[in-house]
Amino acid sequence: MNQSAHLSFPNLLAILLSIVVVMAPHAPHVPKWTVAFCLIALLIRLYAGLERRPLPAKPLLFSFAAVAIGGVLFSFGSLFGRDSAITLLLAMTVLKLLEMRSQRDITVTVVLCYFLAITNFFYTQTIFTALYSIGAAWLITGTMVSLQHRARPAKFLQVMRMSGLLLAQAVPVMLVLFLLFPRIEGPLWGLPKIQNSGRTGLSDRMSPGSLSRLSLSDEIAFRADFETPPEDAKKLYWRGPVLWDYDGRNWAAGQRIPLSSFRYDSFAPNLKYSVTLEPHDQRWLYLVDLPSRLPQKSILTRDYQVVSFSPVRQRLRYSAESTPVYRAGTEALPAELQRALALPPDAAPRTRAMVRQWRGLGLSGMEIAQRVLSIYREQPFIYTLEPPPLPKDPVDQFLFETRRGFCEHFASSFAVMMRAAGVPTRVVTGYLGGEINPVDGYLVVRQSEAHAWNEIWTPDEGWVRVDPTAAVSPLRIERGLANAVPDTDPQPLFRRTQLKWLVELRYQWDAVTNAWNQWVLGYTLERQTRFLSTFGFSNVGWQDMIITLLIATGIILSAFALGMFMRLRSNKTDAVQRLWLHYCNVMAARGVVRKTSEGPKDFTQRVAKRFPGLRERVVRIGELYIDLRYGKADAPSEQSTPRMRELRTHIRALYLAASPAGKTS
Amino acid sequence: MPPDATLKRSEQRYIETDGQALPLRDRIGDWIFPPKGVERAPVDLSQRRVYILPTKAGLLFAMTLALMLVGSINYNLGLGYGLTFLLAGTGVVSMLHTWRNLAHLRLRPGKTEPVFAGDQARFIILAENRGRIARRSVAIRFGEHRPSYVDVDPVAETKAQVVIATQRRGVLRPGRFRIFATYPLGLFCAWANVELDLSCVVYPAPETGDVALPEVHAVSGPGDAIGIGEEDFAGLRNYHPGDSPRRIAWKTLARSDVFATKLFSGATGTQLWIDYADTPHSLGLEQRLSRMTRWVIDATQSGLRYGLRLPDREIDFGAGEAHQTQCLEALALYRSINRP
Repeated sequence: MNQSAHLSFPNLLAILLSIVVVMAPHAPHVPKWTVAFCLIALLIRLYAGLERRPLPAKPLLFSFAAVAIGGVLFSFGSLFGRDSAITLLLAMTVLKLLEMRSQRDITVTVVLCYFLAITNFFYTQTIFTALYSIGAAWLITGTMVSLQHRARPAKFLQVMRMSGLLLAQAVPVMLVLFLLFPRIEGPLWGLPKIQNSGRTGLSDRMSPGSLSRLSLSDEIAFRADFETPPEDAKKLYWRGPVLWDYDGRNWAAGQRIPLSSFRYDSFAPNLKYSVTLEPHDQRWLYLVDLPSRLPQKSILTRDYQVVSFSPVRQRLRYSAESTPVYRAGTEALPAELQRALALPPDAAPRTRAMVRQWRGLGLSGMEIAQRVLSIYREQPFIYTLEPPPLPKDPVDQFLFETRRGFCEHFASSFAVMMRAAGVPTRVVTGYLGGEINPVDGYLVVRQSEAHAWNEIWTPDEGWVRVDPTAAVSPLRIERGLANAVPDTDPQPLFRRTQLKWLVELRYQWDAVTNAWNQWVLGYTLERQTRFLSTFGFSNVGWQDMIITLLIATGIILSAFALGMFMRLRSNKTDAVQRLWLHYCNVMAARGVVRKTSEGPKDFTQRVAKRFPGLRERVVRIGELYIDLRYGKADAPSEQSTPRMRELRTHIRALYLAASPAGKTS
Repeated sequence: MPPDATLKRSEQRYIETDGQALPLRDRIGDWIFPPKGVERAPVDLSQRRVYILPTKAGLLFAMTLALMLVGSINYNLGLGYGLTFLLAGTGVVSMLHTWRNLAHLRLRPGKTEPVFAGDQARFIILAENRGRIARRSVAIRFGEHRPSYVDVDPVAETKAQVVIATQRRGVLRPGRFRIFATYPLGLFCAWANVELDLSCVVYPAPETGDVALPEVHAVSGPGDAIGIGEEDFAGLRNYHPGDSPRRIAWKTLARSDVFATKLFSGATGTQLWIDYADTPHSLGLEQRLSRMTRWVIDATQSGLRYGLRLPDREIDFGAGEAHQTQCLEALALYRSINRP
């Protein structure tokens, strides 16, 4: 017997559609052959279902499986690992479809769909992904409901309503589980090494044009919320990689040396804040200059970079403190200062020739810096997002020919001049600016706020920040990038402040995304503990959470059960039934006892035959009873009430007629 | 054969195979809840009577959710937690829905038509839904037999027809049945064991082949019974095995797919005794009754007036449907092991 007959064609379609919906988001990031493979398998199954053809034989299936495994090995070189496992899972799911014969196979396939839905979250976890996944869950659940319709074929709307109802009723349970299920700090096993995924963000190298390119990106680098609001959050320098080594074109961070303790003088109250850093696959964290309390699982280097123990592969929330006005670094090591003076011998000959003369004048480091900055100020330098390429020596060409540049050009040329003049100087990259979202009060810092500045060393003051960009374009510091560069420069759409409503919309959307990140994606052990403590539960153990969770789920389910229970027995019907039973008793007293198997029609006939005088009344009672009890369930109660009254009147009349007759004594 | 054709058609209408028997669970269930005999109708499936357990599909679903949870923890997928918990909620809520799909259904036995041994007995169970929620895919299953599924609309009563193949004559009591439901997701199975006063009279299978009627013992007066003569068309009745093909109402069959036999009223009737003693002793009890059954049918069809003599019972001359039923019933019950 061919058991595939179990599966009706609409149900098959529902399963195929579910599979397509959960697989479609994978299409962009699996190898191309997988898409073709899955489509072919789906079409074969569709054809077999449509034309009632037998499913492919075992040998053919094995060769399909071999093709899939071979393809995965060819594309990834291994069957293990996240991407190859997902590709293999997709291929095996469609193959399962081709050998879906028994009820069990069908169940396995549909449950696999749920599993496939979650694999998409490896790649994206946006709000849209969530909505899409809810849609997918709705469809898959609908498929399961449809498979359970055995007496009559299911109707599409009926099934989707049931599925939607189940999902909607699941929401309270989901919320309880989500908030109270004890979060475990993952990972449970080693995560696979992810190759450079090409995420945008600062790197530990800087070359002419690298920051101006980054500035075109509107992506968010991190968000910060301050416990103590700073005077002007937009003027904070967020410290990133510190670059020491210059090879004539590129700046590099070089070796990082950890710093166990250091002395600094603070001249302003500490800033307390939390940062939600978007993943950038690098180890450094961004803190306001100068970090005074480090986030967990991080160290400080000798150049005050904060470096995390492991690369930031997932959105990371950390809290820290900083000293915005400080003096530090007076105890610098000679080797460090040596490194901060090094220049390649053939780099920037014209610049060095110009600067060399200042060496003998006995100027202090700060005085030399002022001279250099005045060069930027007095000569026609232009701050632009579109600097011309510098194919020759970048510093010479920039200072003497093009004079158009972005912050990396200024920082780089400043450092070269200072070093040539004998002042230890380094380049610091990071972010400057950002904007406060008025909706939720978070400071949002985007890639377009990437910045580079310098630090020079003097024996008295230690490392002092100098921002040469400010000399050229004070607006960049004061009012942000959009106001500082020429209007003709290409900028991210949202940067254009003229579109007020667009800006407003973006604020709203940012706040939503931020809430999503904070509460859904970033709901970690730490957040959970903080959330529970807002209700006055501190030091909640996982056992307490489990117990609370079970109690809360129990309460929710009891409420649903009660609601269902109320609807299982209709009061109206019971009233009709009571009247009918009363009528039967009245008739029994007159000698006509209803048999258990006797329906109202037969009983009415029998009574009417026995008492021809009561015929009219009895027939009417039968009609009313059948109508009230088996008639339209949805009939409004206003219509059924007069009929109830009529039924009651007739039965009472019979009862009263029977009593004085003296049959009951 | 025509009767088989009708059977198949109605089977398709009422029965859909599941292919998933649950013998072990049944056996354990019977061990925990031993049958208690026939219950007084109507039987209300109160919430205490409806049990619920996860199905194999439910366990698979739970395992998948566990896997999804582990993945979410390991890769710190906030959305993964969300989906896993949503599905877990759906599963738990579906348990309530499965339970309410069965709870407070009211069952009572329907009328069961007699059949000949070897045919399918069709037991009718009337399921009444007094609530405002539709009950879907409610299954009724006797022992290892195939379950039959019905939907019961809100505030309505639906006939569930369960077909059981008969083997022996007598009264077939199917005994306790299991009413269960896995709707809406198939993750849980709610069930109750119910025993209603169901019975089906199973006539002996009529002997096939050429069987001549016994000799006419007595002729008295003109036959006045309707339906047994040869001349005037008197009406239709349901086809019984053994009816002559010449008497099948082919026009009716073509019109409505119902096998019917034409009845005629004859002006003259013949009276005959269908006597147990007339059957050869060598045949054995069952064969002899089988032959008598065939005689009863043939006699009715030929429009004869006949009486039935069994060693412990005698039914006087008569004719027509009711008389035939009385005779066949007597044949079914005579020294039967399956007594009422």
